[in-house]
Amino acid sequence: MNLTLKIWRQPDATTDGAMHTYQVSDISDDMSFLEMLDVLNEQLNEKGEEPIAFDSDCREGICGMCGLMINGQAHGPEVTTTCQLHMRSFSDGDVITIEPWRAESFPVIKDLVVDRGAFDRIIQSGGYISANTGSAPEANSVPVPRDKAMRSFNMATCISCGACVAACPNGSASLFLGAKITHLGELPQGQPERDARVVEMVGQHDHEGFGGCTNIGECTAACPKEIPLDVISQLNKDLRTAMKHGH
Amino acid sequence: MALLDGTTQLNKPPVQVSDDARGYYTLGEPLVDPVTPTGPIKDRWTTRKFDNRLVNPANRRKMSVIIVGTGLAGGAAAATLGEAGYLVKSFCFQDSPRRAHSIAAQGGINAAKNYKEDGDSTHRLFYDTVKGGDYRSRESNVYRLAEVSANIIDQCVAQGVPFAREYGGLLDNRSFGGVQVSRTFYARGQTGQQLLIGAYQAMERQVAAGTVQQFTRHEMLEIILIDGKARGIIARDLVTGEIQTHLADAVVLASGGYGNVFYLSTNAMGSNVTAGWRAHRKGAYMANPCYTQIHPTCIPVSGEHQSKLTLMSESLRNDGRIWVPKKAEDCEKDPRDIPEGDRDYYLERIYPAFGNLVPRDIASRQAKNMCDEGRGVGPKVGDFRRGVYLDFADAIARLGEDGIREKYDNLFDMYARITGENPYETPMRIYPAVHYVMGGLWVDYHLQSNIPGLFVAGEANFSDHGANRLGASALMQGLADGYFVLPNTIRDYLADAPFERIDESHPDVVAARTDVESRISTFLSINGTRSADSFHKELGTIMWEYCGMERSEEGLRKAIDLIRELKASFWTDLKVLGTADTLNQSLEKAGRVADFIELGELMCIDALNRRESCGGHFRAESQTEDGEALRHDEEFAYVAAWEWGGDNGQPVLHKEDLIYTAIEMKQRSYK
Repeated sequence: MNLTLKIWRQPDATTDGAMHTYQVSDISDDMSFLEMLDVLNEQLNEKGEEPIAFDSDCREGICGMCGLMINGQAHGPEVTTTCQLHMRSFSDGDVITIEPWRAESFPVIKDLVVDRGAFDRIIQSGGYISANTGSAPEANSVPVPRDKAMRSFNMATCISCGACVAACPNGSASLFLGAKITHLGELPQGQPERDARVVEMVGQHDHEGFGGCTNIGECTAACPKEIPLDVISQLNKDLRTAMKHGH
Repeated sequence: MALLDGTTQLNKPPVQVSDDARGYYTLGEPLVDPVTPTGPIKDRWTTRKFDNRLVNPANRRKMSVIIVGTGLAGGAAAATLGEAGYLVKSFCFQDSPRRAHSIAAQGGINAAKNYKEDGDSTHRLFYDTVKGGDYRSRESNVYRLAEVSANIIDQCVAQGVPFAREYGGLLDNRSFGGVQVSRTFYARGQTGQQLLIGAYQAMERQVAAGTVQQFTRHEMLEIILIDGKARGIIARDLVTGEIQTHLADAVVLASGGYGNVFYLSTNAMGSNVTAGWRAHRKGAYMANPCYTQIHPTCIPVSGEHQSKLTLMSESLRNDGRIWVPKKAEDCEKDPRDIPEGDRDYYLERIYPAFGNLVPRDIASRQAKNMCDEGRGVGPKVGDFRRGVYLDFADAIARLGEDGIREKYDNLFDMYARITGENPYETPMRIYPAVHYVMGGLWVDYHLQSNIPGLFVAGEANFSDHGANRLGASALMQGLADGYFVLPNTIRDYLADAPFERIDESHPDVVAARTDVESRISTFLSINGTRSADSFHKELGTIMWEYCGMERSEEGLRKAIDLIRELKASFWTDLKVLGTADTLNQSLEKAGRVADFIELGELMCIDALNRRESCGGHFRAESQTEDGEALRHDEEFAYVAAWEWGGDNGQPVLHKEDLIYTAIEMKQRSYK
């Protein structure tokens, strides 16, 4: 198929960007969206024009590195990562708009690449269970009910891609936050730091400039791992409980 | 192979008869692990931990360690050394340590917990791993791996890794990769992700505590050696292009594997060999570089545009039946229209005892044989169809579609998404792909390379998997090295501190930095016609064709010639646009491809030298009468550790004999 691509190009964080239009031809259904961009980049290189910078690494939907706004949607028209979106989701002659994640807390580094360092800093603020190496008790000494373990696992599947933030009109990272709070909060190991964790993480979230949640639900609709909206209720509940406990 | 000598079992020192690689290398001095432990195998690690010197907590604050890579090995090491109080600098090329490629591992992690009371033990895990590696790993290292495996599970559970559980709340296990005990712990098909997040969170906790300094979007481009010791790295900030000098008392490379030398592999796009290769060029030995694991169940290549391959969990072979049409003319037909009598269930035919569950190397090689015979299925890429059917029709008839959905749903979805075909209706297509490398930088029992102060952990080193890696053992090794081995061995090295203070103006530091800068400006100034990617693809084709699943003397010699031509062309015809002072992904690729080309040549020389079939490495000249792999223990029971011979010289081969005292070497047979 032949496509018209409108792509955001921005040389660096401090220079203004603009949309540029490119044509690509001979795109097959079997290509992933990123392979289609590889084809474009190879063409640009041949023409002496600098290739378009975009992030990707595992290209199998798990590392969370890729992320583009495609026709205004985070990761594009399907509920998946950009690397697992295939060109069979598009038709010959389509015009496709490609932009970087849109959120103030994810500043553009170059073209389609943004800085998601804020997510690491949120984890640093308390998104862990303190367990020094070598001091762990025998694993089966703390049983975890199967349903709790399953729920914990489901929330732990968050890949930190940032689609939730990019999709949210408020640029909130509440889904990301809620997933981590629930992952660790469902486990007995996560209880001792539960109050402190939510207070610190929410504090860092706000400090990074992410917006508040107004229950619009775009985050969960865009989440490639289908993290449900109720983790945000859990987040709020944990926060209230922590405040009641005097945090 | 009977090598028993009363109570002590020793293999004879290797006697090399064949020398296919004559003219391509120089023979160096034999290599001996200077810290190899002795005594009863079960006491070796305990004794060593005690014997290794201690560093008092107040002194640790003055000692610094650089760790390159943040996967299971690097992330775990950074977390643990940070907790211990050392000053750690951690580097990764991704935008977050949590994206290291360990995250993509699907299946599980082994541990000798014997929760199922099915006869598992440290010794049995050790035995299975050495045997599975075709007796080309070090027994002391593997025993230690088995020994610490149980602690790994404890550690991860304490961190909140949500492993699968039984209804009573205890941990569940499954059997994996053809072993007869259930020792594999798993978190659905995303075990690697969950383990990595555990290590990442432990590391971020140390970042907050100030013991670990994190450098994301940074790439190590050179190692700094002072008086023969590793004392730092030159790194490039990939966002600003700034070339930085980082000095430390010791350096750990935990930079993963180099399977991307084949261009198409299951590795992440960014996985590369640069950290290891830059160290190799400065004197670190590269051991068994030709040992590549080929995984049998990947989604086949669909066209020339393909950028990477996706693995499908091997568990699919438990229920899927593998076949190709008996007649080449049926290959284009809809598989559902090919009657039972015209199908060749070749694994069930050739290996009736194991059938579709033969080990990875055998399943892979036979798939290749079928396609080479012209009976492959799926789209033609070039002149060949490279795919075989993995058919669930019988299993669906037996268990119902719902039964299959419950077991493999996410894999079937993934397949459907990538191929656009519905695997519940038509058989899946699979083909082998490069997955993991068992070769890597040579290390001693302390995980120290032959360069003092340079330690290597996880997939980046060579020591534990031999010629073939068993399922669910890679995650175990990464975490064992990072959490339990390195912290105990590096302290013995650091106990020599204080080390001489080094200044950034030291001539060796300046020289390393200048080398990096001039290399980068060379890439940008060649101004040829071809992208780094195009060279990478061409290298990959050569490697897969001649140094892949089946190798021959003739093919390997041809490959070496082709790679040398490619290298010459790379340095004259490369085109890298943009500048060095911004994010420039083409420039990053150029450096990595340059290193892959040199590594590719060494891999071919190593493969040429090893005239035996072992692990996944089938040498056409070394097979039994029925075409099965034939090992030659008398000649090749050694580690091939290669020393860089200079830009215009030949690599130097150092052989380290593999001595087995706790295990008897046997030929494998699956018939």
